[in-house]
Amino acid sequence: MTERSRPRLNIGAVRSTFAPWADPTAKPLVRFENVVKRFDGETAVNGVSLDIYPGEFFALLGPSGCGKTTLMRLLAGFETPDEGRVLLAGEDLAGKRPHERPVNMMFQSYALFPHLSVERNIAFGLKQQGMPKDEIAARVSEMLSLVRLDGLAKRKPHQLSGGQRQRVALARAIAPRPKMLLLDEPLAALDKKLREETQWELMALQQQLGMTFLIVTHDQEEAMVTADRIAVMRSGQIVQMGRPADVYEAPNSRYVADFIGDVNIFEGVAEHADGLSVRLASAESPQGFDIVEDDRIPLGSTAWLAVRPEKILVHLDEPPPGPNRMAGKVADIGYLGDWTTYLVELESGRTIRAARANATRFVDRPVDWDDQVWLTFARDAGVVLTQ
Amino acid sequence: MKARRDRTSLTALAPFLWLGLFFLFPFLLVAKLSLSETALAMPPYAPRLDWSQGIAGLKAFLAGLDFETYARLPTDRLYVVAYLSSLKFAGVATFILLLLGYPLAYAMARCTPSVRRALLMAVILPFWTSFLIRVYALIGILKPEGLLNVALRAVGLGPVSLLNTDTAIYIGLVYAYLPFMVLPLYAVLERQQHDLLEAAADLGCTPLEAFWRVTFPLSLPGVAAGSLLCFIPMVGEFVIPDLLGGSSTLMLGKTIWTEFFANRDWPAASAVAIVLLFTLVIPIVLYQRQQAKLTELGR
Amino acid sequence: MKRGLTGFNIAALVVGFGFLYLPIVLLVIYSFNASRLVTVWGGFSTRWYASLFRNEQLLDAIWVTFRVGLISATIATILGTLAAIALVRARHFRGRTVFSGMVFAPLVMPEVILGLSLLLLFVSLGMPRGFWTVTVSHATITMCYACVVIQARLAAFDQQLEEAAQDLGCPPIKSFFLVTLPNIAPAVAAAWMLAFTLSLDDLVIASFTSGPGATTLPMRIYSQVRLGVSPEINAVSTLLIGLVATGVIAVYLFQLRRKTDD
Repeated sequence: MTERSRPRLNIGAVRSTFAPWADPTAKPLVRFENVVKRFDGETAVNGVSLDIYPGEFFALLGPSGCGKTTLMRLLAGFETPDEGRVLLAGEDLAGKRPHERPVNMMFQSYALFPHLSVERNIAFGLKQQGMPKDEIAARVSEMLSLVRLDGLAKRKPHQLSGGQRQRVALARAIAPRPKMLLLDEPLAALDKKLREETQWELMALQQQLGMTFLIVTHDQEEAMVTADRIAVMRSGQIVQMGRPADVYEAPNSRYVADFIGDVNIFEGVAEHADGLSVRLASAESPQGFDIVEDDRIPLGSTAWLAVRPEKILVHLDEPPPGPNRMAGKVADIGYLGDWTTYLVELESGRTIRAARANATRFVDRPVDWDDQVWLTFARDAGVVLTQ
Repeated sequence: MKARRDRTSLTALAPFLWLGLFFLFPFLLVAKLSLSETALAMPPYAPRLDWSQGIAGLKAFLAGLDFETYARLPTDRLYVVAYLSSLKFAGVATFILLLLGYPLAYAMARCTPSVRRALLMAVILPFWTSFLIRVYALIGILKPEGLLNVALRAVGLGPVSLLNTDTAIYIGLVYAYLPFMVLPLYAVLERQQHDLLEAAADLGCTPLEAFWRVTFPLSLPGVAAGSLLCFIPMVGEFVIPDLLGGSSTLMLGKTIWTEFFANRDWPAASAVAIVLLFTLVIPIVLYQRQQAKLTELGR
Repeated sequence: MKRGLTGFNIAALVVGFGFLYLPIVLLVIYSFNASRLVTVWGGFSTRWYASLFRNEQLLDAIWVTFRVGLISATIATILGTLAAIALVRARHFRGRTVFSGMVFAPLVMPEVILGLSLLLLFVSLGMPRGFWTVTVSHATITMCYACVVIQARLAAFDQQLEEAAQDLGCPPIKSFFLVTLPNIAPAVAAAWMLAFTLSLDDLVIASFTSGPGATTLPMRIYSQVRLGVSPEINAVSTLLIGLVATGVIAVYLFQLRRKTDD
């Protein structure tokens, strides 16, 4: 069994050589060790262990109340752990107050000082370090041009637009050159278009500064675009950690599959599993599902198949019989411009979501409501989950 | 975090001690004094606690306290009348204030924002101006040879004698407390969304019906707050009945003053004060709850 | 709300504001009356102002009142600020309920009771009544008003700003002075003004707690008013009203300008 060569699978469409977490000799910048934090009996963070490496852009992703913000505030020093340790560059942070920690935070509300001008906001941390006046002035103007706010130095925060405020908050937090920048939902207050632009800017800025970034967000797109690695959190615990492509293409649970992106989940019983592929018997597909999967699933046990909508093909002509094939009727169509989403009602009554990229402007045979269609997907389109 | 929170509460220490010494403790003294008796001495009451005798002194002191002063109050017509008329004056004046203040606050809320700000300021200004001086200004108008009668004579009407009557007290109360009524009413009316009225009109209400079915019910918290805010201090009011009312007018605030300064009956003054306070406990608690509700609404 | 006023609205405004302002306006006008008779207009004159400045008793009372006001308002603002911080920031401490009760009770308690209780305190402590007993009494009552004003502002203040300052390397106490205090400063100033004005206006508490040699202006006015309307009192009242109105309107215009700056 072990002699049998396993297929080399490349997950996702991105190749990156930056992977310090895979290097056993790399030293983490931040280490959470079995950290537990409770508030009035409620456990907000429940035994989290986590390493973040220098130069990494790390995202904590989860719904509100999952403990991601508490984890960040533990690092900034606004909360103290009830159990476990938080280390920065190998040094235990216990007993260090927020103002003694070399990490800076960008607040969700930006928390700009309303009585101070833009430049004095940015200079705040530098003054605190006791930096000489001329150096402060130089650093402030450097920061202003970095975030493209030259000429607004004398403005007060209330005279700025939302996007400008966001950039002042960013400049203020990176001006003291912290060992690490913490970003608490940094883009939540911006509108969609600005948010997308700013995601790219954040990435570029992080590359340029070579600084370690930790971002907390509930927006999966934000996390996927910006981060090198994502930790998906639920009820105070990390349920999966990995590169964006890992958590999207190889989720380890139905929770993660469902939380990140859209997904169709089919329940089935494992009929065959040999370490190369898995066959599931399911009411949805007459000839079952046949999936490439190197994990061994116990025969006869219930398992779930998760397939993303964009990996499901919609046919108007009946394809030849085989596994991974379902028939149904189009219940709804959502035309989004770049994508078209089809909601297909199967004979069993289940509604399946399929999406197609609109690669051309003209289509030979457009799909109509109530059309009879067939859905198929490739053997490596889905992932088999046991929990 | 924990250590820091404890240190923040240290800021309460100075005000806590100050209020304990100058508010809570004196208050207990009033309660104690209401259980004592008058005496021809300075200070004019007995028993007095003699610390030099230790426990025995304390026992003798406690034995000297009784409810005799309170027992005296309901038998004296003077106190009963003062009590009832205080409630009557405050109640009727509150009602008049509502009738006058509501249309005023409503009209203010309908003005454009810049006018609204100026009018608001015009309501607040008398609130900062000396109460005594404003009551005094009324005397110049109401007295027999005052400006009101000059004006009345000019249009051929007979002189009216208002000063030192109950009417003068009502005029004084309404005049002095109008800002206290208008401000909370204005606060709730100003916050009301205009689209509520549009929705009501859309659903078939005439403007008047929309007022009674939408605006007025929504402004009730302000009505309650304003009424209590006026009623509570008016029950204990001293300056207005003293300066505008006649010698026969009785109100509790004035009674306390007279017992204390003129009759030198300190226990009686204290007992009346305690009775007044107990009367006001219910409206005060209601007011506090109303305020809590209003802050909730403001969010 | 809808712009555009009905006739009824305008009538309400005219009657309401007329009622509020007519007596004050008449008082101001008649303070410039040459005649001693209050109702007879004897021509414009400032003679009552001149005689006011020769009235030693009144000048004395004004001086006492201002000293009491300045000192008591300052004490009240400091204590009120501390109390507000405790009430807003320290959510749990022993005696918090009693504390907040003590802060709010004086706001709704009849002045007569407050004056009586303070007097009893000074008598039982054997303190001779005079300047300091009035000052302490005023500070006690007005600190509660100061506290309410500052508390409202502090509660609306985003506490994350202080966290941001700490995050940027500022120790907690320093961040209070560097960030929180400048932002609540308008409320602290307003609280001082309110405390000062309340002290300036108070008759009842001062009457109970003052003693010989420390007669305040309202006490002096009160004793003269009982004897009848006097042109001199009109004059001093006009000066007081002018002072307060100037202060309040100046603050209003200042705020208006700051708003248009935005």
